[in-house]
Amino acid sequence: MLNRYPLWKNLLILLVLVIAGIYAAPNLYPEDYAVQVSGTREAYTVDSALMSRLEQDLEKAGVAYKAAELNDGTGLIRFADGDAQLRAKDMIADELGGNYVVALNLAPTTPEWLSDIGAGPMKLGLDLRGGVHFLLEVDMAQAVGQRLDVYVSDIKGQLRDERLRYRQVEHLDDGRLSVRFADAETRDQAEDLLRGNFPEFLTETDDTEEGNFVYINLSEQTIREIEDYAVKQNLTTLRNRVNELGVAEPLVQRQGRNRIVVQLPGIQDAAAAKRIIGKTANLEFRLEAKPDESRANTEVYPFRTTPGRTAELERDIIITGSNVANAQASFDENGQPQVNITLDGKGGQMMSRVTRNAIQRRMAVLFVEHKSRMVEQRVDGETVEKRVPYTEKGIISLATIQSTLGNSFRITGLESSQESSELALLLRAGALAAPIYFVEERTVGPSMGAENIKMGVTSVQIGFALVLAFMLLYYRVFGLLANVALTLNLVLLVAVMSILSATLTLPGIAGIVLTVGMAVDANVLIFERIKEELKNGMPVQSAINAGFSRAHTTILDANITTLLAAVILFAMGTGPVKGFAVTLSVGILTSMFTAILVTRALVNLAYGGRTLKKLGL
Amino acid sequence: MSKTKKIYNFMGPRKIMAAFSIILLLVSIGSLAVNGLKFGLDFTGGSLVEIGYQQPADLGKIRQSMENAGYPDVTVQTFGAATDVLIRLGETHDPKLGDTILASLQADEPDQTLELRRNEFVGSQVGEELREQGGLGMLLALAMIMLYLAFRFQLKFSIGAVLALVHDVIIVLGLFSILQLEFDLTVLAAILAVIGYSLNDTIVVYDRIRENFRIMRTETPVEVMNSSLSQTLSRTLMTSFTTLLVLMALAIFGGTTIFGFAVALLAGIGIGTYSSIYVAANLLLLLKVQREDLIPPPKEETEVDDMP
Repeated sequence: MLNRYPLWKNLLILLVLVIAGIYAAPNLYPEDYAVQVSGTREAYTVDSALMSRLEQDLEKAGVAYKAAELNDGTGLIRFADGDAQLRAKDMIADELGGNYVVALNLAPTTPEWLSDIGAGPMKLGLDLRGGVHFLLEVDMAQAVGQRLDVYVSDIKGQLRDERLRYRQVEHLDDGRLSVRFADAETRDQAEDLLRGNFPEFLTETDDTEEGNFVYINLSEQTIREIEDYAVKQNLTTLRNRVNELGVAEPLVQRQGRNRIVVQLPGIQDAAAAKRIIGKTANLEFRLEAKPDESRANTEVYPFRTTPGRTAELERDIIITGSNVANAQASFDENGQPQVNITLDGKGGQMMSRVTRNAIQRRMAVLFVEHKSRMVEQRVDGETVEKRVPYTEKGIISLATIQSTLGNSFRITGLESSQESSELALLLRAGALAAPIYFVEERTVGPSMGAENIKMGVTSVQIGFALVLAFMLLYYRVFGLLANVALTLNLVLLVAVMSILSATLTLPGIAGIVLTVGMAVDANVLIFERIKEELKNGMPVQSAINAGFSRAHTTILDANITTLLAAVILFAMGTGPVKGFAVTLSVGILTSMFTAILVTRALVNLAYGGRTLKKLGL
Repeated sequence: MSKTKKIYNFMGPRKIMAAFSIILLLVSIGSLAVNGLKFGLDFTGGSLVEIGYQQPADLGKIRQSMENAGYPDVTVQTFGAATDVLIRLGETHDPKLGDTILASLQADEPDQTLELRRNEFVGSQVGEELREQGGLGMLLALAMIMLYLAFRFQLKFSIGAVLALVHDVIIVLGLFSILQLEFDLTVLAAILAVIGYSLNDTIVVYDRIRENFRIMRTETPVEVMNSSLSQTLSRTLMTSFTTLLVLMALAIFGGTTIFGFAVALLAGIGIGTYSSIYVAANLLLLLKVQREDLIPPPKEETEVDDMP
C-alpha cells in the first residue's frame, strides 16, 4: 500500500483549485461607488462627447471621480466614496434632464484579465445591499373583464353587419356574456354566426318570457391566454417603468401564474418607486357632448381640481394613453405644469380625423386611475376581506379645439409638477394591461445591508477560526491537512457561487457558516476510521487507505440526503431562503470534493510512499 | 482516545431514554396544541417597520405617538439593540407607510436623525400560501429521504430514520412554541437544514450498524447496536461539536435577523445528535431489525470503490 496518487490526479486537483482561485478572486476587489448614465430612447444615446462634457462639469464643480468609461451606450463614472457619488448624481441628473436615466450603482472593480475570462464577483442580495423587493399580483378577473367588454362591442358590430337584430348585449357579473333577441330564429342564426367567428366561445341558449338568449362563456384555454397576455404586457410595462426610474440592475420577473417580482437594489427613494410601479394612470381623450346628444351616448364626469364642477362627455373615446409615442413634462408660459405629448401614427390620424369635424367644439382630457379598496364581506357567516377594484375618472382639461390637431400637442390642468412628470413617465412607459396589487413588499435600508454583511462576515470568520483551532488541536497534522482542505473548500464555494452568479443573501452566509461546520464531518469520519483501523492493528499505510475507502459510502449517503433536503428547500423557497439552499447545496458538493479528494491528495503527499511506524493523529 | 476499544452500553437504558423522548414529544405537541407557534410576518401577513435611533429609544413614547398618528393597534419592541425599534402593524398595504411612520416619529425627536432600516409588507394570502408550502416542503423532504433510504438500506432503516427526524422536528417546533420565539421563513429553512443534518448523523450510525451486522455474526442486535454506536460516538460528537461551534458564532455575532435561524439549528443539531444515538437505533430494535434484513448484502461497496 503506497498511498500515492498518480501525477495526473494531483495535477487535475491542482488545476481545479487554481481555476477556483481565479474565479473566486474578483470577490477580493471592493466595488466602486458609481453613477450610471443611459439614454431613454434611440435619439438620446450616451457618447464620448457627452461623457467628456460630464467629466468637465465634475471637475468644475470640484467633485473628484476615479474614472469614467463608456460601454455599449451606457456611461459609468466611478467615485471613491458615497458622498461624491450622491453629489455627482444630483448634478448630472440636473444637467441632462429627463431624456437620460441617471442611476446610482456599485461597479465591480474586477481587473480586465479576470473579466475577460468571465469572472466576476458574487451578486449581493437585497438584504445585504439594501433595496426594495415587491411582489405584485395581477388582477386576472379585471384582465378577463376588460376583454369581455371588448367582445361586447365586437359582437354588436358583427350582428349589425349581418343585419341580425338584437335587443341587448350584456356583460354579466358572473363573467358571461348574454345576447338577447326577440325571436328564436334570429337567435339561432346569430348563434351560428358567433360560433363561426369566435371559435373561443362556448355558447348556450335559453328561452324565457323576456326573450331568447344566447349565453357566452369563454373556453378555459382562452381565459388562460388572456391572463397570460395580461401578465406579459404588465411585465413589459413594469420593465419600462423601472428603466425610467433609473435603477441599476433591476429585476422584473414573473412568478407563478399571476404574480410579478420586482427587485430594485440600492434604490434611494423607495416611496417614489412604489408610487410609479403600482400606478395605473391613463388618459382618455373625448369630445364634449353636443347639447342635443342622446343620454345613452354620453357620460358625466367631475373635474379633478374643481370640486362640484362636471361636464357631459361623449361615450366614444378618440384615443387613449396607449397611442402616446412620447411625453415630456414641462411648464407653460404661466409657469403651470404641462405635459407635451407626441402621438404615434395611428393616434395622430385618429386625432386629426375627429378634430377636423369638431372645430370650435371642446375636447376633454380624462385622467383615469384604477384603484382598489379592501371591503369586509360576510361569506357563509365568516368575515372575509375582499379587494374591490374601482376606477376613478376625472377631467383634467376641457379646451376648445381651435384647429385640427395633429400628432403633437400639450395638456395642462395638472395639480403639480410632480404629477406632470409622473404622468409623462407613465405615458412613456405604457399603461398596465390589468391592475396590479402589492402582495408583498420588503425594503432594506442601505446601512442595514452593510451591517448585515459585516455581521455575516464576522460570524463566518469566528466560526471558521474556531473550527480550524479545534481541528488542529484534536487531530494535529491531520487536522492541519483538514484545515487546508476546509480553506480550499471555502475558496471553491465562493468560486462556484461566482461562476453561477448566484445571489448571496444573509441566510446564504448562514449557509456558508453551516457548511464550514459540516464540511469537517467527512474528514472527521475518515480520520476516526483511520484511528480505528490503526487500533485494530492495521499497518499505517493500509489504515489510511482503509479509512478513506470505508468512509466513502457513509459520506456519500449522508451528503446525498442532505442535498435532497437542500434541493427541496430551493424548489419551494423564495428570496432569502433560496439563497440559503443554494449555498448549502453548493457547499455540500464542494465539501465532498475537498474532503475526499483534496484531503486524500494532501495525506498522500505528506505520508504516502514511505514506511511509517506511527501517525500524527 | 483510549487505547482499548471501549463499548458503551447505550441500549441499556433504552427504555428510560424512550420515555424521555416520549415526554419531550408530548410536551412539544401539547405546547403546539395550546400555545401554537408564534408565526412571523412571513406567514401571518401584515406590515413591519424597523427604525434606527441614534440614542436608546423610548418605547412608551413611540407607542403614544403611533396612537396619535392613527395606528392604535401596533406592537412596538426593540430589535437587537436599544436603538433599534420594530413596529408591527395590521394588514392593509400603504406604500407610504414606512415614510409616514418615520416622519411622525422623527417629529418627536428633533435632536437625532432617525433612519428607516427596513419596511416589510406581506399580504395575508401570500402568508397563507407560504405556510402551506412550508409544511408541504417538509413532508416532501421526509418522503424523498424515506424513499432514498429504503432504496439504499432497507425499509426498517428508512422508517427508523424518518421517525427519528420527525422526533427532532417536533421537538424543535415545540421549543419555539414553548419559548414563543418567532417562527419565520429563515427558521423554516433552518428546520429543513436540521432534517438534512440530523439525517446525516443517523445515516453514519446506520451505516455502521449495517456493516457490523455483517461482520458480527454471533452477537445479538442489542450488542451490534452498542458497538456500532460506540464506534461512531467520537465522530458523532466531533462533528456536532464543530457545527455547534460555528452556530454559536452565528447566534452571537450574526445579528438579530438570523438569531431565530441559529437557535433553531442549535436546538435541532443538539436534539439530532441525541436522537441519532438513542432514538434511531432504539427504533431499529423496536422494529425488530434482524441480520436477515440485510441479506443479500447490497453491492454498493464495490461500486463506491470505483470512485476516486
